[in-house]
Amino acid sequence: MLGSNGAGKSTLLKVTLGLVPLRAGTATVLGRRPGDANADIGYLPQRRNWDASSRIRGVDVVRLGLDGARWGVPLPRLGPDEGRRRVDEVIELVGAGRYAERAIGTLSGGEQQRLLIAQALVRRPSLLMLDEPLDSLDLTNQAAVAALVQRICREEDVAVLLVAHDVNPILGYLDRVVYFAGGTAVCGTPGEVITAETLSALYAAPIEVLRTADGRLVVVGVPEAPFAHGSRHEH
Amino acid sequence: MSIDASIFQGLSWNPVTDVHRLLEFHFMVNALEAGTTVAVLAGAIGWFMVLRRQTFAGHTLAVIAFPGAAGAALAGLPLAFGYFGACVAGALALAGIPGDPSRESAATGTVQALGLGLGFLFVSLYGGLLNGVSALLFGTFLGITDHQVLTLVVVAVAALGALAAGGRPLLFASVDADVAQAAGVPVRALSLGFLLLLGLAVAATSQITGALLVFALLVAPAAAAQRLTARPLRGLLLSVGLGLVVTWLGLALAYFSVYPAGFYITTLAFVAYVAARFAR
Repeated sequence: MLGSNGAGKSTLLKVTLGLVPLRAGTATVLGRRPGDANADIGYLPQRRNWDASSRIRGVDVVRLGLDGARWGVPLPRLGPDEGRRRVDEVIELVGAGRYAERAIGTLSGGEQQRLLIAQALVRRPSLLMLDEPLDSLDLTNQAAVAALVQRICREEDVAVLLVAHDVNPILGYLDRVVYFAGGTAVCGTPGEVITAETLSALYAAPIEVLRTADGRLVVVGVPEAPFAHGSRHEH
Repeated sequence: MSIDASIFQGLSWNPVTDVHRLLEFHFMVNALEAGTTVAVLAGAIGWFMVLRRQTFAGHTLAVIAFPGAAGAALAGLPLAFGYFGACVAGALALAGIPGDPSRESAATGTVQALGLGLGFLFVSLYGGLLNGVSALLFGTFLGITDHQVLTLVVVAVAALGALAAGGRPLLFASVDADVAQAAGVPVRALSLGFLLLLGLAVAATSQITGALLVFALLVAPAAAAQRLTARPLRGLLLSVGLGLVVTWLGLALAYFSVYPAGFYITTLAFVAYVAARFAR
């Protein structure tokens, strides 16, 4: 899901979760009403950073994603802890095994993001919704997390709905694009949507889409330049 | 040793004898029972309070406890009634302030000033014993009745039971409110519920440490425990353990010396926190 600030990308995710009511129209999520399917949705909200004073381990944050909503005292069970095994499994999947036992506040943005993706995955959702998972990461980590999300999508057999501000790190992995602008949205394959014609019409401004030698698309000329890397942090 | 001898009158420096002496009088047994109850309650609730960064809310409740107790004294009601009544009302009021109560410092600060002012007024109107004020503000371990101990135990068991039942969703909501809400955790209701538990813990702790020294048991052990471990269960137990050691030692030192328990408990809590900071 692409588009400028305030275009409604995060709001759509919250509607999907039933956290924001629709003023008009209907929404169906995994065949159910919004809010009824949350158990099958892994959700990673926008911009969550723990500062150094947050004294809770990464593995605990992931575990909360599994059974944090359950009431009552977690009793030590006889036999193997299935939950713990699943937590270890997703931590291994996102490559966070090396630092999952450390306090999450002491980890870098990229490391925290991997653990949060693990948290969103831990209940084996059929839909994974990631709100700007690449935001506030450096270029290397953006590429690594984007590749990780692609791998998870295939290996865990989960549909990924990803909100992004900067299209470039994920361009190679997109199956379909929903492009939000001017109070409306266009949906299609990247080749259909990320074109000069479609985007110029959406933004009502001249937009150029360039193809680089390695086949990637570069979008130029968007008002306020929300695609250009780092534009958001210059304000 | 010459200084020790003058401060710690009656201390034999033989642990067995000294523990026997400590438990010789009924008032001291009551003080230790009440202190133990309060240390466990404050250690557990305090751990969540520090994690949720609601120490300012905790402080506000403590300041509100003072006029509550002073008002109860003035009205001829049991002090415990004033402490619990004021803190629960304060928790409800804090929950009613729009936005994050721990960050809304202007509104809460204003309430604090009013609380202290009212407490001072009630004490002046009461016109009773002069050291009544210092007992309300800085605590006393003298004259804790059997009934008071029983009240504290009942409140602590109820509060800890509620904390045990809702601890996991509360932890989730505390570290990760957005995701918790999406997972069906009633984040707002838990926030109110926790403020009420915090009110109970503050009211109970105030009765031993006084309104102003509540933080010795509510914040210092929890903050020290969180410095030492990032594991939730271990941190909670460590927080309770530190609170117990600080309380027992503080009460014992006060018993054998001429200085007040509040001073020893705060100092020991401070030492524990500083040591934890340097240990990590």
